[in-house]
Amino acid sequence: MEVYLDNSATTKITDRVRDIMIKVLYEDYGNPSSMHRMGVNAEKYMKEAAQIIADSLKVEPKEIIFTSGGTEANNLALIGTAMAYQRRGKHIITTRIEHPSVHQPLLYLEENGYKIDFIPVDRTGKIFKDKLYNAINDETQIVSVMFVNNEIGSVQDIEEIAREIKKIKNDIIFHVDAVQAFGKYRIHPRRMGIDLLSISGHKIHGPKGIGALYVNDNIRLKPIIFGGGHQRGLRSGTENVPAIAGLGQAVKDIYENFEQKVNKMYELKQLIIKELSGLDGVTINGLPEECESNYEMEHIKMTAPHIVSASFEGVRSEVLLHALEDRGVYVSSGSACSSHHPQPSATLSAIGIPKILLDSTIRISISEMTTEEEIQYAIEQIMDLVPKLRRYTRR
Amino acid sequence: MSMFKAFLIKYAEIGLKGNNRYLFENALCDRIKDALKPLGTFRVFKEQGRVFVECPEDYDYEETVEALKRVFGISSFCPVVTVADTDWESLTKAVGDYVEAMYPDADFTFKVFAKRADKNYPISSPDICGMMGAYLLGRFPNLKVDVHNPEVSLNVEIRTKAYIYSVEIPGPGGMPVGSNGKAMLLLSGGIDSPVAGYMIAKRGVSVDAVYFHAPPYTSERAKQKVIDLAKKISRYAGRMKLFVVNFTDIQLYIYDQCPHDELTIIMRRYMMRIAEHFAKQENCLGLITGESLGQVASQTMQSLAATNEVCTMPVYRPLIAFDKKDIVEIAETIDTYETSIQPYEDCCTIFVAKHPVTKPNLKKIRHSERKLEEKIDELLETALKTVEIIEIE
Repeated sequence: MEVYLDNSATTKITDRVRDIMIKVLYEDYGNPSSMHRMGVNAEKYMKEAAQIIADSLKVEPKEIIFTSGGTEANNLALIGTAMAYQRRGKHIITTRIEHPSVHQPLLYLEENGYKIDFIPVDRTGKIFKDKLYNAINDETQIVSVMFVNNEIGSVQDIEEIAREIKKIKNDIIFHVDAVQAFGKYRIHPRRMGIDLLSISGHKIHGPKGIGALYVNDNIRLKPIIFGGGHQRGLRSGTENVPAIAGLGQAVKDIYENFEQKVNKMYELKQLIIKELSGLDGVTINGLPEECESNYEMEHIKMTAPHIVSASFEGVRSEVLLHALEDRGVYVSSGSACSSHHPQPSATLSAIGIPKILLDSTIRISISEMTTEEEIQYAIEQIMDLVPKLRRYTRR
Repeated sequence: MSMFKAFLIKYAEIGLKGNNRYLFENALCDRIKDALKPLGTFRVFKEQGRVFVECPEDYDYEETVEALKRVFGISSFCPVVTVADTDWESLTKAVGDYVEAMYPDADFTFKVFAKRADKNYPISSPDICGMMGAYLLGRFPNLKVDVHNPEVSLNVEIRTKAYIYSVEIPGPGGMPVGSNGKAMLLLSGGIDSPVAGYMIAKRGVSVDAVYFHAPPYTSERAKQKVIDLAKKISRYAGRMKLFVVNFTDIQLYIYDQCPHDELTIIMRRYMMRIAEHFAKQENCLGLITGESLGQVASQTMQSLAATNEVCTMPVYRPLIAFDKKDIVEIAETIDTYETSIQPYEDCCTIFVAKHPVTKPNLKKIRHSERKLEEKIDELLETALKTVEIIEIE
């Protein structure tokens, strides 16, 4: 049996996404900038996709910029606004558990004279909001907070944060990296007070190499990629029309039967947590304090529906990962995006996981396609392997 | 398009091999052919104690030079301009044009070296030198002759064609692979073993390799890394077979049965046994390891004695007296370093005890190994039977 449980790394595309992409690749392959009919046809796909995304966010299509993915959306959001509003001040506030595509551009800005504050999180992966509010000063230009953490699935109180920071300083620009949240939550930036929102295609059964940035109409941005002036000069480069069409389709599909799909994921998440916590020496990371013993659904619902982070004492995560792989179960160690680096994950360190467990943590991430049967199978394999692998550890 | 139409290949050591000389020369020609094959249709031939490479019309000069730099046995090589008309007037003009193209300033000291392989050529070698020198001095007023210490040694050789060259590019030295038997390299994902394989190949030895894979403790990527390293070595050592042995069950069994501070030594003894098995099977005459004296616990003199004991074949350890930084330097030169430092664990690092013995006692090791008697033969047999052989071209 093959069970893919690495959906936070990437997801399988749906048949509908595949079909529309093939149609664009083979039939409607014009350049949207071309003046003839082929160009107009291609442009239609872009307009349609922008409309679908805008509808899902309840914003205007002109507020959507297509990018090469979540990473570029985050880069454009942070560097683009920092450059546009330099005169307002050079202070940016973010969290200690951001994805590298937020963290690294901010370090780049730091090298170039910006002051960046990184707000710590508690053991459950939620930021200390008071520390965030207290960090705001006259110079504060941007606050960037991720919606759902990619490694442990903790969720921030985005709406409350937006409200409070704007009370303190009303011209703060609020950026939210929603790559892991989009498609799992209904996100309405206007109502929630979000000025910039990053999303990615391949986390929601769309194609890789495509993402989008929502930019509130009142926010000015400077481009970070220069060229032929595509997308109102904010993102030059011939648009990746097949992927844009695929993204549009994926967004349309993901919000169909939305509540039902999310509830099913929560049920699977609860099942995984209950079963795994029955094993000795297992810690489930990022759950709310109240959750410690009985794993009630109301507490699990305080976290994202699709991510479970579990630490197995005395088992190296890489070994467990490959042992599971041998049995057809695909998970990731820490976060797939960061596993090319030997250093321990920033998020896991930030929530204070003991050092000996840092290298013993795997992430199980499900999707709407995951079935209960698959989860049962995967759990059986983990229950079987962990005691076996524990016999062979470095002594 | 390059003005050079041929390369003259110089070789040092293989010139000294008496009656076997032709074997070495043939091996050298074969290795040059192998190296240039992917780059086009080159003609490689021997003529009067020289090896020549004639290039096709549209060959890429840089690429060809890079390939020749990796052929063991070449001490140096010279890019050559060929002249079909060897009558004196054509020849002098060609040599003059060569100087103009190569040294646009034409301001240097020089000496002409002439060689007349075609003894029917009407002018003797000393006369060619003198007359050619005079012609060049006339054509380029800033040239000066210096017969003792010339800045440019201008070579003119007259065969059926005339060959003109003045530039000598250093080769890797050593001896052509295939002129000196075959050996089995114990290849890990580390920095040392690829360098060891390279060094022994440089002495004319063909190399096969064995890698010990321990899934799930080592990943597919660790194996891919070793395959990548084998490919890098084969750019010098030619084609090789890579034996991938599944070592997990043996390792776990040792782990279950033996004292943990002896794990590495006992494990290495089994690696040597397995490597020797495949070495014999492939008609190898020795084993190669990347061991360097004292580098880690398993590479002390006592430890090496303990691992050495299990094999009858000679074990070549070319890095034995090298410091790490010198090994790294070679790894960088042969472009294996970047691959070696990718952070995928190999089976040696995973089962290491916190405090392994550094001075293993042979008696004790043998005693510990006796605890493996029940199942080890069966496990070894399975490991040998399930070996995956990857052909590296």
